[in-house]
Amino acid sequence: MARLSPRAATLIALAAIALLAPLLFPSSFYYRIGALIFINGLSVIGLVILVGFAGQVSLGHAGFAGIGAYTCALAPVHVGLHPALAMVLGAAISAVVAWLVGRPILRLSGHFLAVATLGFGILVYMVLNNESWLTGGPDGIAVADIGLRDLLRDYDIKVTASQLWYWLGAAALLVGAFLALNLQNSPTGRALRSLHDSEVAARTIGIDVARMKLTAFVVSAVYTSVAGSMLAMMNRFVTPDIAGFMHSVELLTMTVLGGAGAVFGGFVGASILTALPQLLTVFEEYENLLLGVIMMLVMIFLREGLVPSIARRLRRGGSK
Amino acid sequence: MSEFLQFFFSGITVGAVYALVALGFIIIYNSSGVVNFAQGEFVMLGGMSTVFIHALGAPLFAAALAAILITAAVGVALNKLAIEPARGASVVALIIITIGASIFLRGVAQIVFDKKIHRFPSFSGDAPFEIGGATILPQSLWIIGGALAVFFALYLFFTRTLTGKAVLATANNKLAARLVGINTNFVMTLSFALSAAIGALAGVLVTPVTLTSYDVGIALALKGFAAAILGGMGSPFGALVGGLLVGLIEAMTAGYISSEYKEAVAFLVILVVLFVMPHGIFGRTKLDRV
Repeated sequence: MARLSPRAATLIALAAIALLAPLLFPSSFYYRIGALIFINGLSVIGLVILVGFAGQVSLGHAGFAGIGAYTCALAPVHVGLHPALAMVLGAAISAVVAWLVGRPILRLSGHFLAVATLGFGILVYMVLNNESWLTGGPDGIAVADIGLRDLLRDYDIKVTASQLWYWLGAAALLVGAFLALNLQNSPTGRALRSLHDSEVAARTIGIDVARMKLTAFVVSAVYTSVAGSMLAMMNRFVTPDIAGFMHSVELLTMTVLGGAGAVFGGFVGASILTALPQLLTVFEEYENLLLGVIMMLVMIFLREGLVPSIARRLRRGGSK
Repeated sequence: MSEFLQFFFSGITVGAVYALVALGFIIIYNSSGVVNFAQGEFVMLGGMSTVFIHALGAPLFAAALAAILITAAVGVALNKLAIEPARGASVVALIIITIGASIFLRGVAQIVFDKKIHRFPSFSGDAPFEIGGATILPQSLWIIGGALAVFFALYLFFTRTLTGKAVLATANNKLAARLVGINTNFVMTLSFALSAAIGALAGVLVTPVTLTSYDVGIALALKGFAAAILGGMGSPFGALVGGLLVGLIEAMTAGYISSEYKEAVAFLVILVVLFVMPHGIFGRTKLDRV
């Protein structure tokens, strides 16, 4: 049998997980968690492109989730746009903002880049929080229904909201993964990965470093924006916390936890950190404590993230 | 004029606290290259431990001293248990480790202490002084004086003691420092202890004014980080100027423009500074060897 390319293997694995997981769901509540995992996974794939491929860090990506989410909440009310189209508009706005902000910011590197992106994220959060006349302030704002369930009902297909978003989330994740995997193996993807290893070397062989970084930043912003829109439409409600610092930290942690170098690693990280708080509600008191310990332990002992580290261990075990 | 003076006083009071937090960032960054996102948690631990030790019946100053020692021990533990084992990790990994540490410490604080808001009495009462039509709390003078004392003591430590010079040498060039016989591991541990103690002291000084709870750390860390970046992320003097600037900008914005956006302006300034002077006001351009 011919070996599958890593790209096909990742897509088949993701599709199989999405199709088979519902067989194991004891209740419909799990569809909601599944949907959250897929939507977070989509954000994380964006960050895999930025962090894993291009080697840049962002502590402000939740800002783009906020832009996507609030465009979905506001455009239908004020401009009369359908929420699904508002999602596209949100992605376009995020792309433009990322381009404008990214041009000066991406000259920085390491910790300085981290604090600049952090500053950007906090500014978005503050605008959403303070401009109550438009955004509803800290109390949040309702988001219009996308009307897809009514449409399906006309065809006699009845699904719960959670089920609908589970399948929409899965579809979005697969499309996002497909695009990212294609990017990974394209000339642009290879150029991005060369930045990760050494910017100077990349520049020496004629790669436009600034443009490549900006491309990765804009693309990842669009991923996170779309995920933010979907989150808002699924919950039918959004608060400024979606753009908060802790959300940015969560997204970055998901990315690095599973292994930022590969799309599947990002998905594993998103799954663990999305499901974990749901499981840990029993130990609500200890949630922060456990999350902190997990973040530290994985980064100290499994530096490349869970998936690559475990895969290496398995390979080493298998060759003995 | 009296209005301006009032904003100025409140600006340098919070600015002094930011300067202390920024100083903590810089001490650790210089010795280990790590930006410690748990710096704000040191401030929280200082304030909260003092509250609870004081409640057990200890006099305030003894409680504060104990709190500073406890926090310094936490700093040492953070270095030994999380930073040293992660030697050679990437910047992203180190950022996540210290953010993990800050979430962990917050989690511990909400269990060991509680989730309520606390304070303890001001050191010298609450009767404000009047200067030029503006008022200033005695505790503000404690904060400003405390910060200046720390910066002066640190200046003496770095310039007059062998250990201090060893820290500077390590910050300058770790390998060279090790070659001339400096125990750089000890220097790193010392930096974490020092930085945690300074953070805790800031927490002790500021709690009577701003109160404390298990989650005050994040905001302080962000502001202190901003101050450190503004000052160039290198010298203690930069931290002092950066901290005071962030505090003043915040207070003036709150007073003259909008109290809702006072924190936003601090970050806006940082973005502008990073755009125009990517290495901060006092930072030097760093060249990388290839």
